[in-house]
Amino acid sequence: MKVFKALAVLAAAATVFAGTSVMAGEVDPADFKVGFIMLHDENSTYDLNFINGAKKACEELGVPYEIKTNIPEGQECYDAAADLADAGCKMVFADSFGHEDYMIEAAKEFPDVQFCHSTGTKAHTEGLDNFHNAFASIYEGRFLAGVAAGMKLNEMIEKGEIAEDAVKIGYVGAYTYAEVVSGYTSFFLGVRHMCPSAEMEVTFTGSWYDETAEKEGATKLINDGCVLLSQHADSMGAPTACENAGIPDVSYNGSTVDACPNTFIVSSRIDWAPYYVYAITAAMNGESIDADWTGTLATESVVLTDINENAAAEGTAEKIEEVKAALESGELHVFDTSAFTVDGKTLDSYMADVDSDPDYTPDTEVISDGYFHESEYRSAPYFDLQIDGITLLDTAF
Amino acid sequence: MNKKNHTSLIHISKRREVSLGRRWGIRALAIILAFVLSAVVTMIITGLNPIEVYATMLKGAFGTPRKMWTLGQEIAILLCVSLALTPAFRMRFWNLGGEGQVLIGGLACAASMILLGDKIPNALLILIMTVTSIAAGALWAVIPAIFKAKWGTNETLFTLMMNYVATQLVAYYIIVWEVPRGSGKIGIINQNTQAGWFPQIGNFKYLLNILIVLVLTFVVYVYMKRSKQGYEISVVGESTNTARYVGIKVERVIIRTLLLSGAICGLTGLLLVGSTNHTITTTISGGRGFTAVMVAWLANFNPIAMIFSSFLLVFFSQGAGEISTAFGLNQSYADIMMGIVLFFIIGSEFFINYKLHLRKNTGKEGA
Repeated sequence: MKVFKALAVLAAAATVFAGTSVMAGEVDPADFKVGFIMLHDENSTYDLNFINGAKKACEELGVPYEIKTNIPEGQECYDAAADLADAGCKMVFADSFGHEDYMIEAAKEFPDVQFCHSTGTKAHTEGLDNFHNAFASIYEGRFLAGVAAGMKLNEMIEKGEIAEDAVKIGYVGAYTYAEVVSGYTSFFLGVRHMCPSAEMEVTFTGSWYDETAEKEGATKLINDGCVLLSQHADSMGAPTACENAGIPDVSYNGSTVDACPNTFIVSSRIDWAPYYVYAITAAMNGESIDADWTGTLATESVVLTDINENAAAEGTAEKIEEVKAALESGELHVFDTSAFTVDGKTLDSYMADVDSDPDYTPDTEVISDGYFHESEYRSAPYFDLQIDGITLLDTAF
Repeated sequence: MNKKNHTSLIHISKRREVSLGRRWGIRALAIILAFVLSAVVTMIITGLNPIEVYATMLKGAFGTPRKMWTLGQEIAILLCVSLALTPAFRMRFWNLGGEGQVLIGGLACAASMILLGDKIPNALLILIMTVTSIAAGALWAVIPAIFKAKWGTNETLFTLMMNYVATQLVAYYIIVWEVPRGSGKIGIINQNTQAGWFPQIGNFKYLLNILIVLVLTFVVYVYMKRSKQGYEISVVGESTNTARYVGIKVERVIIRTLLLSGAICGLTGLLLVGSTNHTITTTISGGRGFTAVMVAWLANFNPIAMIFSSFLLVFFSQGAGEISTAFGLNQSYADIMMGIVLFFIIGSEFFINYKLHLRKNTGKEGA
């Protein structure tokens, strides 16, 4: 308790100190307006996560802000960005992958305004001083969530609910996009870290948000004999299907414990507030913002929600802390090449398509020192290998 | 109970002749009521007074030069789809396939830009984009028209289902052309070379679109009011038997008119992809194929009046967007606003065509 109190005091002091240092700068935060462009509104878990991060960061820094919601991934995004710049915003953030090209158009037109785009891939090759990308090493969060899932599987094996040589789990993905591939692979490797006999089936919906398709996909996996599910799509479809079937579920973007009190184990998510605080502070102080910024466990950008004791195996929290410490110290790597094979072979080299182009040209060696360096050459994921143990049921999308 | 005097409280009868003045009077009243009710709802949600509500809406539409240009652009695109539907609707051919015809036109345009970009001179590329988009839209509309003309199939269902085929085709080609792999997005086509992008007039991004649609409005107006073909369309619309009797080839008129209708939808797709978004998505038409039905209907199929009806709908949508942003409201608010406007507009048609008689409490009801 005492330690906690001391930490709280320290944190408060740090906040005050940070506050004063900003005040001492030339820019008054009250004059530094920031704009946000969101694909949907708070009814989408994906956008809600961004909206919460935006409000938290702006309130902490004391900067005025304006949030435009339901901005499609088309010319409307350019119009919204330009409109925010007209309204005096010094910085504009956008939250969806498809906004990127329109943010670049706006960045070219307003050189004095900083444009920051989450999840994009082009800032490191575009060569614009005022256009930046950001993402987080969410594969580490997925890995930790996978550890929780693996512990649950071990518990089920011990109780005799499933056989050790027939552990099949399922995953509902949106697209066969590297971000999703990186996500399910890291989750699977986390599971295997605890439960080496596990196999996984993945189905794709062809949409980031399609409640019906996600629910149907999850039901298909459950009927196929999967004993635990996770997902990378933004609706409540998969968690609801799991709760109805009584199948343990690892969620994404935020906790789904309210709707799934019996089956929700844990969820990983990206907290965008640290990035927003970093980028806004840098811009206010006239410092340059990284063209490509990757949040990590250390920056508190990659976080896990509370563990649901009703569904999680005993000792999950302690184990997660242990693995997290190993990841942070560099003792353990998520994509350690000794932990997986592709077509039966261990990889010692892989050229990834880091600089996006229409021909998907592989351009960067990403395996060295015994592991795949995800989110290091670019913040957005580029792990797109199909590793052994994972079966893709459909790859139409 | 006096059975003899039993009549319902409200009695509805069809109006025979409705004067132009009365028709517009009823419509104007409906629009005023829509403004009043939307202000009341907004007041309840946001706590603004009515003047502030309208001021915020006006700010959303006219607040800055950029907002005015966006307003003009949105009006132009919606108007363009409405112009496309007009000839078909005048013929009482219910073309509900505007959405798909716009999409397929956009797809043809995007295909030309992706496959031919930087390989041929820009002027030639734009010419090819224009021809293929217009042809694709016309093709998408003429298929149901041929079926209707030859075998009397139901055009409402047929055109509606063609929308889904178009959406799936676009979804398929997005996966063929997506960048990066698996992302399900094409992104801006030829962003660095701008190959196939329509030229920009001065500093005004949307001026070209607005001018094209203005010219088209005038052309459609003249075509409908002054040309022989326009006259044939209204005769077929009144009665196919009359049309046949006076020697009009009805099948030919149906097919010809739908070629025109689809071609203008294809042109809208061209403007959306080649001139505005420079990408293609399954939602690029944004429901305009259906909203345009309302625009055309409200304007009584008069192209000039459609400028005002599309202005009205776009104004409400921009205004609702401004209030949403200012007060942190979500999409539901904008949906409610549009719902109110459409409710009154559609409702006004009822009062134009029918008359309500309230039972008079004199005890001596007339027959």
